[in-house]
Amino acid sequence: MDLELMINSFPKLLNAALITLKLLSVSLIIGLFIGLFFAILRLNKNIFINRFAYGYSYVFRGTPLLVQIFIIYFGLGQIEYLRSTVLWVILKEPYWCAIIAFALNTGAYTSEILRSAFQTIKPGIIEAGKSLGISNKIIFYKIQIPIAIRQSLPAYGNEIILMMKGTSLASTVTIMDLTGVAKYIISTTFKPIEVFIVAGGIYLFMTFIIHNVIKFLEKKYSFN
Amino acid sequence: MELLAFGDTGWGDELFYATLMTIAVSITAMFIGFLFALIFTPLKLSKNKFLNFIANSYTTIIRGVPELLVIYLFFFGGTGAVMFVASIFGYNEYIEINAFITGAFAIGIISGAYSTEVFRGAIQSIDKGQFEAANVLGLNKFGKFFKIILPQTLRLAIPNLSNVWQITLKDTSLISVTGLVEIMRQSYIAAGSTRDPLFFYSFAAVLYLLLTFVSMKLINRLEVKYSRGY
Repeated sequence: MDLELMINSFPKLLNAALITLKLLSVSLIIGLFIGLFFAILRLNKNIFINRFAYGYSYVFRGTPLLVQIFIIYFGLGQIEYLRSTVLWVILKEPYWCAIIAFALNTGAYTSEILRSAFQTIKPGIIEAGKSLGISNKIIFYKIQIPIAIRQSLPAYGNEIILMMKGTSLASTVTIMDLTGVAKYIISTTFKPIEVFIVAGGIYLFMTFIIHNVIKFLEKKYSFN
Repeated sequence: MELLAFGDTGWGDELFYATLMTIAVSITAMFIGFLFALIFTPLKLSKNKFLNFIANSYTTIIRGVPELLVIYLFFFGGTGAVMFVASIFGYNEYIEINAFITGAFAIGIISGAYSTEVFRGAIQSIDKGQFEAANVLGLNKFGKFFKIILPQTLRLAIPNLSNVWQITLKDTSLISVTGLVEIMRQSYIAAGSTRDPLFFYSFAAVLYLLLTFVSMKLINRLEVKYSRGY
């Protein structure tokens, strides 16, 4: 055991963990909107809109995240037309490519979580709102969405943790996040176990925090 | 389409073999995962606090740390560990471990943590009466487990195990960083030499979709088979 290496690499890895957190939070926020949008499409009765939303979530849940990052980072740059548009400013940056891939990926999972949450809302609650003369729009925003969010908290908590682990793939497109820096230190020192303990410990700590925050929110917004 | 031709001119046969490799690694990893689950599920259900702690550490650490980090640990650390064990037996030459074994083992450990949780949940949700009834019938431990508990566990576990299979299948794409030529690695090579990454990575996505689609169909059949009588 090389304790000195562990102590020396700790600040570097901690700094890299900030990048991991940044990647995670930005993609979660964008992904939440994408997920909500597609969940609403899934509830639509129009079969084409419905199928389209289902297809989106099927493709993104059925393929590895690594493929999605590679298509966006290596693949999209190949289209000549894209290079001449404003989008290129974003797409030439590995950081934004990773975030787009993560957001689309978590958006697909989030849409499934929210859809099932919307579907478990008892019709009686919506009818109660209607009989009180509340408009459909207000019912949706003030009744359905809050209940759906509460229902989906446990599953969404899991998704956050899965996504946090997913951000490690950013290291494959040259981003020095926690895993990227860990790999760099391992390949220069050839001390995989020590680095794994420190980097893994930081990941576990973040998992622990997320887990407890979600637990707290679940309790706070429980129905009883 | 000529990019996908079989033979020397296209990448069709290479990608075909790469797909077989992905399937082989996934099945091996899933199998290794079952072996881990076989060890750790009883530990999780045990009344001994220490055994519980070991099993909980395994599932918590593996499920809380990114797969890629675990793969790097095995990729960089695997050779060292094997050479260390070999040196105890007096063998000091350099040993290179096959990328297939390292990869399957790394993914297998990850898959095992998920399988353990699935089996634990399934066994716990079996009615106590079933255990008692088996005792009353005078079945021995093996008969009780294989004839009464296991068939019911499988019925409850199969839907969740199908999720574990999907996760395992997708995780094998990460082994490409160690150089094992599976779908992802082959696409990377093809994309590099033809300068057509968009096509090859999209095609890789289609291959993965095909694999998940076909395996879902097969697992659904198993599900029907094991829920006979319900």
